[in-house]
Formats: sequence, C-alpha cells, structure tokens
Amino acid sequence: MTDSKYFTTTKKGEIFELKAELNSDKKEKKKEAVKKVIASMTVGKDVSALFPDVVNCMQTDNLELKKLVYLYLMNYAKSQPDMAIMAVNTFVKDCEDANPLIRALAVRTMGCIRVDKITEYLCEPLRKCLKDEDPYVRKTAAVCVAKLHDINAQLVEDQGFLDTLKDLISDSNPMVVANAVAALSEIAESHPNSNLLDLNPQSINKLLTALNECTEWGQIFILDCLANYTPRDDRESQSICERVTPRLSHANSAVVLSAVKVLMKFMEMLPKDLDYYGTLLKKLAPPLVTLLSAEPELQYVALRNINLIVQKRPEILKHEMKVFFVKYNDPIYVKLEKLDIMIRLASQANIAQVLAELKEYATEVDVDFVRKAVRAIGRCAIKVEQSAERCVSTLLDLIQTKVNYVVQEAIVVIKDIFRKYPNKYESVIATLCENLDSLDEPEARAAMIWIVGEYAERIDNADELLESFLEGFHDESTQVQLQLLTAIVKLFLKKPTETQELVQQVLSLATQDSDNPDLRDRGYIYWRLLSTDPVAAKEVVLAEKPLISEETDLIEPTLLEELICHIGTLASVYHKPPSAFVEGSRGVMHKRLPARTGSGESTESPDVGTAAGGSAPEAAPSIIPSQGDLLGDLLNLDMAPPTTSGPPPPTTGMQMGGMDLLGGGLDSLLGGDLGGSPAMGAGFGAAPAVMPASLNAPVGGGLGDLFDLGGGVGMPMGAYIPPKIVWLPAMKAKGLEISGTFARRAGVIQMELILTNKAMSIMTDFAIQFNRNSFGLAPAGPLQVLTPLGPNQTIEVSLPLSTVGPVMKMDPLNNLQVAVKNNIDVFYFSCQYPISMLFVEDGKMERQVFLATWKDIPNDNESQFQIKDCHLNSDAASSKLQGSNIFTIAKRTVEGQDMLYMSIKLSNGIWVLAELRVQAGNPNYTMTTIRRSGS
Amino acid sequence: MIGGLFIYNHKGEVLISRVYRDDIGRNAVDAFRVNVIHARQQVRSPVTNIARTSFFHVKRSNIWLAAVTKQNVNAAMVFEFLYKMCDVMTAYFGKISEENIKNNFVLIYELLDEILDFGYPQNSETGALKTFITQTGIKSQHHSKEEQSQITSQVTGQIGWRREGIKYRRNELFLDVLESVNLLMSPQGQVLSAHVSGRVVMKSYLSGMPECKFGMNDKIVIDKQGKGGASEEAAGKSGGGGGKQSIAIDDCTFHQCVRLSKFDAERSISFIPPDGECELMRYRTTKDIILPFRVIPLVREVGRTKLEVKVVIKSNFKPSLLAQKIEVRIPTPLNTSGVQVICMKGKAKYKASENAIVWKIKRMAGMKESQISAEIELLPTNDKKKWARPPISMNFEVPFAPSGLKVRYLKVFEPKLNYSDHDVIKWVRYIGRSGIYETRC
Repeated sequence: MTDSKYFTTTKKGEIFELKAELNSDKKEKKKEAVKKVIASMTVGKDVSALFPDVVNCMQTDNLELKKLVYLYLMNYAKSQPDMAIMAVNTFVKDCEDANPLIRALAVRTMGCIRVDKITEYLCEPLRKCLKDEDPYVRKTAAVCVAKLHDINAQLVEDQGFLDTLKDLISDSNPMVVANAVAALSEIAESHPNSNLLDLNPQSINKLLTALNECTEWGQIFILDCLANYTPRDDRESQSICERVTPRLSHANSAVVLSAVKVLMKFMEMLPKDLDYYGTLLKKLAPPLVTLLSAEPELQYVALRNINLIVQKRPEILKHEMKVFFVKYNDPIYVKLEKLDIMIRLASQANIAQVLAELKEYATEVDVDFVRKAVRAIGRCAIKVEQSAERCVSTLLDLIQTKVNYVVQEAIVVIKDIFRKYPNKYESVIATLCENLDSLDEPEARAAMIWIVGEYAERIDNADELLESFLEGFHDESTQVQLQLLTAIVKLFLKKPTETQELVQQVLSLATQDSDNPDLRDRGYIYWRLLSTDPVAAKEVVLAEKPLISEETDLIEPTLLEELICHIGTLASVYHKPPSAFVEGSRGVMHKRLPARTGSGESTESPDVGTAAGGSAPEAAPSIIPSQGDLLGDLLNLDMAPPTTSGPPPPTTGMQMGGMDLLGGGLDSLLGGDLGGSPAMGAGFGAAPAVMPASLNAPVGGGLGDLFDLGGGVGMPMGAYIPPKIVWLPAMKAKGLEISGTFARRAGVIQMELILTNKAMSIMTDFAIQFNRNSFGLAPAGPLQVLTPLGPNQTIEVSLPLSTVGPVMKMDPLNNLQVAVKNNIDVFYFSCQYPISMLFVEDGKMERQVFLATWKDIPNDNESQFQIKDCHLNSDAASSKLQGSNIFTIAKRTVEGQDMLYMSIKLSNGIWVLAELRVQAGNPNYTMTTIRRSGS
Repeated sequence: MIGGLFIYNHKGEVLISRVYRDDIGRNAVDAFRVNVIHARQQVRSPVTNIARTSFFHVKRSNIWLAAVTKQNVNAAMVFEFLYKMCDVMTAYFGKISEENIKNNFVLIYELLDEILDFGYPQNSETGALKTFITQTGIKSQHHSKEEQSQITSQVTGQIGWRREGIKYRRNELFLDVLESVNLLMSPQGQVLSAHVSGRVVMKSYLSGMPECKFGMNDKIVIDKQGKGGASEEAAGKSGGGGGKQSIAIDDCTFHQCVRLSKFDAERSISFIPPDGECELMRYRTTKDIILPFRVIPLVREVGRTKLEVKVVIKSNFKPSLLAQKIEVRIPTPLNTSGVQVICMKGKAKYKASENAIVWKIKRMAGMKESQISAEIELLPTNDKKKWARPPISMNFEVPFAPSGLKVRYLKVFEPKLNYSDHDVIKWVRYIGRSGIYETRC
C-alpha cells in the first residue's frame, strides 16, 4: 500500500467528504481520512474547517494516528484556539501514560501548540516530566521549557522551570544534559544580562564530561555553549583546550567546526611562547583541511570559516596552499571561495604555483570565476612584490585572448598595479590602449580613462582617446564621468596648449549640463582652480598619490574578532555580525575574543568582565540620532553623514517622566557604590530653564551620582567624575576606539579622552568638533595629540571646553554630538555629559535673594522627587554636594526633618533652587527643585 | 535553530513541510521556490538569505531539501543534519525520489517529529530509530515495559547506537578499507596535488556488547612502539613483521562510537561498534601515495579545424594485481564534428552528448602501458574564445590501498559472553578507487 494517492484528491466537495470519513466508525477509514487531511495541509490547502472532526480522532490507541492528529493540531491550533482546548484533556492524560514514548510525545506536542490557554495547562505535566524517571521524557521536557519560554517567558520564570532546567545540567544522562544546555543557551540569548548559564569552572567541568558521552548533536550544543565562556586565566584555558581537541577527530563537521571555534577563542588567552600554543596551532590545520573532503555544501561553510581563520591566524594554514587548488568539478560557490583563500595564502614561497593555477582558471567557463581569477592575479602582484613582473606579463597574455570580460578585468587590476609600483610597468600602456573599444563596463572604462589621464604625457594621442569618450558623456555612468573629468584636467595641465578646447568642453558638460551634484561640484572646483591659480591646480591635481596598501579586502579587525566567536554559524558564512540578519533581541549582543591574561593577574578589566557574562551588551555610545541637524553644522568639515545606528546608551536614569526633573537616576546613584571612585555624584540631571518649554522634556543624567555613599567622610572633595565609558567602539571607527568622561577641574570643564588605536596602521592628524548643543559646549582648544598613534597604542588627552559655543536644544538635554577626524576618516559619536559639570563655582546665592527668588518662581516650575537609600546625614550630604558646586544656603529643622535649601548656577546663568528634606533614620530623601528662567 | 524543513520535487511543489518555529510562516515555502528552485541562473550558494530568512538546501537527485531559519544557527550543523536526514530516509525506504517520499510521507513526518525537536537535532541513528519508528506503525504499541525502557535508554543513552542483548550464532566481522585517490597533474607530468581520502567500513555481526580495538600501520603508533622495545603486544609484532613500512596519516575522523579522548591520548582506536554496518573512520593522507595510473596526454592543433590527441596510460603497481573498470575520459571541443579513434586495448567511443571520448578497459595488470590516438575534426567557428581544455579524467578500481594503509589487527573482547577474539571470523578487503583523478592537457 502506498500513501502517494493521498496527494491526488483534488475534486470539489472534498472537505465535505473528508468530514464524513473522519466521523466514520471504521478505524481504518478514519486513519485514511486523517492522512488525506495531512497531505492537503502539506501542499498548502486550508483544511482548518475540519478541526473538530480531526480532534475527535485524537482519543485513540493507534500511535500512528495519534501522531498525525498531533501534527494537524500543531498547524491549526493557533487559528482555532477555543477548539484547541478540547485537546487538553488528552494531552494531560497522555502525560501520565505508562509508555515513556507517549509521555514524551504528549509533552513535546503540547509545547508546540502556541495557544495561551493551553500553556497554562501545560505547566503541571511539564513539571512532572522534567523529573520523570525516564531520560527520554526528561530530554524532551528540557526542550519543552525553551518552547514555553518562547511563548510566555514570564510564565516560565514564575513557575521556576529555569531552576529545574539548571538542575538538569547535572543529570546522569548525557542527552538530557545536552538538551538542557541547548534550551538554557537559547533562553539566555533573550536575556543578555541574566546569569542563566552561570558558567563557572565546576559547571564547565560537568559539560566537558558530558561532551565525551553524548550524541554528535549534543556535542555541538555543548561546544557552542562552551564558546561563550571566558576562562579565568591561561591555565584554565589550556586545560579546556586539551579536553576539547579530541573533538577535532569527529566525523561530524559541525562538531569539528564548533571545537575549532572554542580553540580559536581560548587560544587568545595563551601566551605565545608556550609550547602548548604551538602544538595547538599544528593540531588545527589537518582537521580544517579534512573539512574540504566533505560534501560541497559543507565545504562551502568550511571555506567561509577558513577565510576568517586565515585572516586571524595565517600561520595555521600557510603550508596548505595546494588543498585550495580548484577542482574542475567543484561547484561554483566552492571555486570562488577557494580562490579567495588562495590569494590570502599567497606568499613569496608559493607564488609560482599560485600564478600557474590562476592562469589556468582564467581560461575556464564560468564568467564570475574567470573574472575573479584575473583579479586575483592582480592582487598577487600587489601582495608579493617579487611576482609583480610575472603577474603583469600573465595579464598581458590574457589581454591578448581578446575575451571581452577578461580584458576588462585585467585593465581594472593593472590600474591598481600602476598605483602600487609607479614608473615600472608603464610600457604596457600601448597594449592597453589597443583594447579601448572593447570596454563596455563602467569600472573598466573608468580604469582605462584614469590610466590615459595619469600617463597623458606618454600617450601621443591621449587627447583623441579622451575626446572619443567625451562624445557620449551623458550616457556614461557617474564613475566614468568623474574619471573623465579628472583625466581631461590632468591632460590639460600636462599639455595645456593643444587641449584647451577639450577642457572647456568637459567643464561645461560637467557644470552646466549635468544633474549630478558631485559632478557639478568637482567641475566647479577644477574650473575655479584653473582660472585662479594654475600652479596650485597642478599641485592639487597632479599631486603624488599615496601607494595603495597590500591587502584591501581584509575584514575589519573588530568585526573579524566577533566573527571568530561565531565560527560555524550563519554569521561566519555571511561574514556579517548576527545583528545584521537576525531580527529582534536575539544575536544583538556582540561577542568578543577574550583578552590575554596571565594566571596571576586579575581579570578585572571591564572587557573581560563583559565577555565572561558572555552576553552583556557592550557599553556602546549612542550614535548621532538625526542626520538632519548634524548636516547643517558639520558640513563645513566635509564629512559624509553617519550611516550606522546603534543601541541607546546605557546611561542610568534615562527613562524619566516629564515631572521628574532632576532625574530618576537619583535612586540608583545615591544607592550604588560607583566602583570606589572618589566620588561625588555626577549627572545632576536637571533640566534648568534653558527654554521654558523644557519643563516636560525628558532629561538624562542622574542626580544621585552626586551622593555617593561609598566615600563617606574624609574623601577628597571635588566634583564627581563618572567612570570612563566607551563612546566610540573600534568596530565603528576603523579601529579607533574612544572612551572618555567629563570632569570639572578648577572651574574648567574638561573632556577626558582615551584614544586607542586598534587598527594595523598608524593614526595621525586628530581633530575634534562638536555639534551645537544645549549648553553651548565647544572645544576651547585643538585636540592635542602630538605624536602619531601606532597600532595598539593608547593615549590620554584632556580637552578643555568652553561654554560659549552655539546653542541648540538637544534631546536629551545633555546630549553632545562629536565628530573626530584622523588621517583615516571622520567618525561620529554622541555622548552625554553630567549636568553637574556645568555648575559654576559662584553658584552660592545670597540668603535674601534666595528667599525672594524662591517665592518669586511660579509653582509650575517646581518638581519633586525621591532619592532612595541614601544613608548620609544632612551635613555630610551638604558637604558632599558642595564639591559639585551645589551650595547649601540655609538649613532648618522641622519636626525631625532637616530641610536644606540649596542653589545651583549653571554655566549659562540659569539658577536652580532646591530644597532637600532629610529625615533622620529614613534613607529616602525628598527633593524639591525650582528653577528660574535665565538671568 | 532550524525553524522549518521543506522537501520539494523538481518542479518546486512541496512534498513535505514541517514548521518548528513560530517565526517561519507559510510564505517561506514559496519564497524558496520562487527565489531558488525557479531561479533562472545556476545556484550560486547553498545558503540563501531572502528577506532576513536563511535557507539551507541540498539536492538529492531531483529532490530539494531545505532547512529554514531566522536565527544565527550553526550552519555546519544544519547541513550535517540535512545529510543525516537523507541517510535516515534512505535507510527506511531506499532511494530519495518523489515517488518514495509521497509513498512514505506519514513516516517522514513521524521521523521529523522524532529527530528534530523545536529545531534541535535529536538522536538520528537509524539503528535506534528503527526500534520504535516502524513503517507499519503497529509495532510501537506492543512493546513490553522492559522493551520500552530499553528503547528510551538506547535513544538517549551513552551508547545510543547499539542495543543490549544482540545474539549471533556465528560471530563475524568484515572490514573494508575503501580509498579514493585524487590527483591533479600538469600536462608535463608534475603532480600538482594528490591525496587519498579513505574510509574504513565495518560490518559486524557480534553478540553482546563487544569491546573492539582496531590497529593499523599508523606511523605515529609504529614509531612509538619501536622506541618502546619488544614489550609491546603480540599483535603489534606480527603486524610489524608483515609490512615494515608505516604511513603518515594527515588527519582522521571517527564514527561517534570511537572514544576520541582515548585516541587523542594514546592514539588507540577503541569502541563498541553498532550492530551491522558503520563507517568506523575516515582518513586522509598526502605522503608517499602510490598513484596507480599515470596519464600522458599529447594534444596538437592542426590548423583551425583539426585536433590530434594521443593519450598514453601506464599502470604503476605490482604485475600480479589487476585493475578493473578503467575508464579514460578525453574532453573534446564543443564544435567537434567528427572523431576517429584508434586504441590498442579496450573500447573507445566518441560521445557527442558528453563532449568527450570515453575509453573503457575492463582489466589491466600492473606495470603495463596502453595508448589511444584520436583525430578530432572541428567545425570552423568565429568564437573568439579559445577552448578551455578541460582536464582528462580517469576512473578505475584497484585491489590495494593506494595510501599504503594496512590493517594490523582488530581485536574483540566481550567480557560477559563466553566467546573470545579467536572465535570471531574476520575478513579484510582493500579497494582503491579513483576519486578526482585528472591530468591537464
């Protein structure tokens, strides 16, 4: 008997017939009918109308029929939630069945029915199943917790399932452990800050033991989980590596890749001079090569990962060039990836072989592959200087083939070779010019035009060549138009006498007849340059160009580090961080490689701490929110608008209501010990009367920082300085990392910055500029970075600020948008300064004036809030606040309450008056603030 | 994790669709059909991202299997799972074809429910699955309590691949060393790359829970024993006496029954095998490979309309051995109009549909030589592009292991039942086949 016949029922009235069959008395007929229903469901027909009839078949002893009904339920329960309830009883009963297979089936299916009412009934059976005597039921129940969490996270927490799940990590059955790990990992992903997995040396040990015993899939779950752990020191790291290396011999490629991920990550922590480090490097190569004999799809995944590994640690595979040679029958996606890796591994030692191969590939059939091969030859020339000459002659051979796309590709790369080795290979220009007519792609045309312009003095008929392009100027792509414009200007500067007409023609085409602003602008610039100062024009246009670097397509280092942490996953296949293709909260956090630490050292650096959590989000600064505002002001810096966006800044007390003028942050700030820093509070989050409308504006910052409890008496007086946070992560700024804070020292506001160069090249020419902001903050001097910043160097800079810059209201008020420029690019970030920084030293109001003012200000301007858990007495609080220029004017005691009256003056002349009510023994303060509009 | 799994026929019609996660909707089924199966150009990647949904696919004959997800899943795992799914289906109903899938769709749904839970792969060993997922659908209800718990402990247990209580009258095992030798040679006869990828396939019919230990002429082990002196076990000596040379294994991977930590520490291969057939290990060698055949091509272009091709093959192994199923495939240009072939041995034919001359020889002894010459007539074309000259490829089978691998011993211990290593009948066989064996011309 075959089942294929179920696919063929397509006549009308089918549903009606099925209904009758489902209600038949004969078991066989019922089963047949359910099969037909499932077949219709598979091909996409809507059979939800049969819901009650199918559910009626659920009460059966026939397991096969039961499974079919369950399958139907999982598909349609959501569309018929009320009827789905009918099934609950059977599920609950099945969860008590004597047969473990049926118990598991029931709990597995119930978890897939995403109906709220059902999930309520699921809790009790699930609780029992998690403690079932049979491991098969337990392993199924473990996954069911993840399912339930996906439907109703709160319910899972309330019912205490997470704790039970954690207990399962110590289960005696390896498969239960593996599924519990998988479920916990998934749940932990949606709670980045929870310590759900609680990885510590003991739990890691349990996982490593289970690793030896569980199925191949379980091993993958465990290894992927291990990769999130950060060992405390190099010894622990080594011992984990030792226990993971045997996995490299597993037949399942995914196990191998996950093991590679763990090793690549933990290796970071090992000292390089350690013998074991070398051994490990050697052990990694063979399994990676073996992955290439897997099925093509897996080869592809492996190659994408090897591409990352080769960039991170080229030494691992440097002797394995041959295995990446392309086979004639490889699928195209494998061929292209192999080619990429070949170029990365190309060196002086193997260049002859590589070139011979590349030449072979350039004659293949697939156009993309051939193009890439030709381009690869050019990249070899640039990468390995000794081979440049051979590469050029190979390219010339290829140009002789006259195959259109080969010629075009060759010309594009030869342009790069000219730029890398000036004045060496220009003899080939004549050959290139012969092929001018066959170029039909913009990139090749642009490259050729560049060559003609650049070497105009050596090409006799340069003017004719360029003129020929000019005829169809408006049909060309922008790339070609721009290049043509520049080339003709170059030509003019080199041969002014005979090309005057040509240059005028192109300038008028570019400036008058074009709609493209870039082209027009460039045209005008040239025009003015040429008409005002031809000598300067020559210096600008014919300036010596910087040499191009060796490898242009390397993945940016911070991204590479992140991708290494995702080896084996989709992120490593796409070469994109998960946040780029995953929706929602999952995968948003960035993973990082651990820092190298010796066993004796403490690992308190915030980086390690973050990584240890495995999932804590980086303290990323917010990226400038609106491009519009910025453009107007920053355009004079000639910068492109920022395109990235990031998570909001993790500033405390951001979510304040309108009336909560002085910051909800107060609570946390007064209560928390801020890392033992010599602290007065920061961020007096006031929204003083910058403009009357600002009363209801949400304000950032936290007053509470001002009351730090950790300090107490005898600590140095002075304004509180918040700890430095990373404002600009290296990932977003081509390797430049900026962290910093604000401080007020001796009446001067300072922006204290730490610049770290995490890129491979030297950074120079730093400059800084602020956008307009609420308090007119502006740099009082240039950014003093006198020496170039080498790779991995860090420099601390203190930038004095003035408050006389242009004012524009920001949201939040204390938001500051900053642009930093260096020789590489311009970067934008935004940060928030503590308002307390703006409190000036002469903020002490005379008592009489204070009283008068207090009465004067209308009640609307008043706001009140509580500061909780502050254990200072009123005097201590008063002296502490004074350090941040919050002055106590008067104090009175009413019914056991101390009332402190205080005044603050902001840098823009706004006064804020405050009343602080402190009740002895009550750690909660009440503060009322009023403010007066500008003086 | 995997959000859904779909199986399509070559037309893109869905045969099986199972959704595991809420974030995958029915439209995903259509997205894959439209963007991949019906796409005009060749498939450029086995992973496709369509509207933030990632599709992994593999193809078996004309059937597409696609796994779908919206998360950052372990990509290697997804492909491994898809292959495994194919293996399981093959083990249940043979060839993966539209017909077979339609005939067994209930079974497939049952399997998918079992081996993938919420997108997490579960035990997918066919041996274990067959104990409780059966095509008849009846067996599962008649298990006794002991049987049930035996099933569940096998499915979840440490030794998930073998059940207790297996009994054979005759304890027997078969070892096949299957190697495929790969070569890429330049027209001048220079070896550009060569490697052997080998598999040791074991078929065992042993009672109880036998502990096995497998030994081969692995260089690292032999060298270690050499240093260790004569105190080594007897089997080691006899093996060493048989063939002195040892081979360097670049890398090897094992079936999940092999204790990897033990291999890592002592390089000994010990395991409790699954009942029946399993692939015990895979390995790869690149050093001192015996290349069974050498192909010497000679291509001459005579004018624009004629090619002269001469190919010599030389066998390079002991004269007493016989190679079989030899096939040499000589590609011809697309504009070939006619071919004349003369060969000394075997049969040669021009196959226009394959653009190649196929030369077949049934058997050939070692240290022999044979030759084919052909004249290829070409139609004049104005195609500027030169003929790409694909490499000449070769297929063959030889009765030895081109890597030089030798099985030294396979010892069986079953502590509970009273049969010893000597009572087990063992068979070893070596087969070397061509993998991708190409010579450029």
